[in-house]
Amino acid sequence: MRLVNRKPSRGTAIALAAIPFVLVAIAYSVGSYVRLSDNPADKLLPALSTMAQSFYTMAFTPEQRTGDYLLWVDTAASLTRLAIGVGISALLALTVGIAVGFIPIVRAGLAPFVSALSLIPPLAVLPILFIVFGLGELAKVALIVIGIAPVMIRSMSQSVASLPAELIVKAQTLGASTWQMVTRVVLPQMLPQLVSTTRLALGPAWIFLISAEAIASTSGLGYRIFLVRRYLAMDVILPYVAWITLIAFAIDLALRLLAKRAFRWAYGEGQLL
Amino acid sequence: MSSGVTVRGVRKDYGDAVVIERLNLEVAPGSFCAIVGASGCGKSTFLRMLVGQEQPDQGEILIDGEPIPPEPSPARGIVFQRYSVFPHLTVTQNLMLPAELRASKFFGRVLGPSRRKIRDSVADTLKSIGLWEARDRCPLQLSGGMQQRLAIAQALLMRPKILLLDEPFGALDPGIRGDMHAILLRLWRETRMTIFMVTHDIAEGFKLATRLLVFDKVRHDPDFPSAYGSTVTYDLPLDRAQRRAETAAALAAVEASRSAAALAVVRASLNPPPAREEPVPDPVQGGNPQAV
Repeated sequence: MRLVNRKPSRGTAIALAAIPFVLVAIAYSVGSYVRLSDNPADKLLPALSTMAQSFYTMAFTPEQRTGDYLLWVDTAASLTRLAIGVGISALLALTVGIAVGFIPIVRAGLAPFVSALSLIPPLAVLPILFIVFGLGELAKVALIVIGIAPVMIRSMSQSVASLPAELIVKAQTLGASTWQMVTRVVLPQMLPQLVSTTRLALGPAWIFLISAEAIASTSGLGYRIFLVRRYLAMDVILPYVAWITLIAFAIDLALRLLAKRAFRWAYGEGQLL
Repeated sequence: MSSGVTVRGVRKDYGDAVVIERLNLEVAPGSFCAIVGASGCGKSTFLRMLVGQEQPDQGEILIDGEPIPPEPSPARGIVFQRYSVFPHLTVTQNLMLPAELRASKFFGRVLGPSRRKIRDSVADTLKSIGLWEARDRCPLQLSGGMQQRLAIAQALLMRPKILLLDEPFGALDPGIRGDMHAILLRLWRETRMTIFMVTHDIAEGFKLATRLLVFDKVRHDPDFPSAYGSTVTYDLPLDRAQRRAETAAALAAVEASRSAAALAVVRASLNPPPAREEPVPDPVQGGNPQAV
């Protein structure tokens, strides 16, 4: 049988999916063991037990000076920034995206501008944001918005423009005004797309969040990683990276399940990847 | 209620390509025009101009003597082959939409008692198109025939004077198609609309229509095929009233002679199926292959 026609069973698929994870874990353990048996004070590849211990300390031991539980403080700070930034971006993507995609006059006026905006490298704008907005929360949220909103707007307006023309004609023959078409035809059909676009934008959003926190902040997951870097504290950095990955995965999963439940009409029996 | 349509010297270009040219047509109120022709002959383009989605580059299209507005309006209903119903609304919600749009100018959505009233008002329609059981399903979960029944019912809610059908049954199984034909003919008789139906299936055109319009090119440039556009090359009146009169006369003669065998022969040769036996206005304007 040709390779392209060989489909793994469910059990095989799970086993195949686990292999890369297991391989990485083994490789790390071996490397860590070799280095630590050479030099017990080695910081580069801490043992899994050391990392677990450090992570536990960050999560459940109050910091001596402030009494904060650092992991939770950092997580709350980062997630707040992420939520505000991504939320504003999603709102912009929905409103501006529909206006640009649906109203030809707005498209003529705004589409080239949004395209130009989306080509600006957001990190190059970061110094400007710090100068304009100061080093507070606003600059970090603004970086996320500037980083992902233009791309999200473009994606949304593209989807609006690719709505079947038949549906728009049909709505007009049923007496719909432009505004009614927006509220009853375009907007509801764009919500699944908004979730997909947001899921895709979350990756870049994390990049901009960590970058902003790394440069100027006093809390946050990115701030902590870059802070302990000075002490080569891999036993903190690695669990933090894993924690961030887990959070990102959880958000993505939550959005996927939300879309699948809320927009049954769009997915039917089909798979949502 | 229905409308007459007049087409005068219409021409439509897409870039360098001429799609339709020198199109002249006079269609009486209550006609059922089937439009056939090869792919790319401009029949769908003609329908898009009739609905107002596109405008002719030259000439004019009049409905009841008035130029058609340059955008789609409730006076002209349309059913497409696909994408005719709203995928995010259930069957009931699809049918409630026109009334909701009328009732709520800003949100296009009504709540509470008036919503219940609208929902109750579409119940009969749901039953008459056989979608009562499926009323809470989304279009994605409906078969092709059910979707098109819904699309037609939705279009008719606005009581359009003209109904435009763009290969409405093209994607359906032959059996389902027959059912849809019966439904369409019943609706047409009930509403007295003027219908334009684009179809690939000439037999379908003969079966349903009172008039068959064939779109084709009359001029060809072998070096530049898109130099000339299509127009109506054949305009066949399908004169059912006359045919029915002849059949009735024959039947009467047979009845008079009480010849059961002859009766069976004539019955077997009865051309119009029973569904079409009711009297219909004969809106055909006559006309043979149209001189161009």
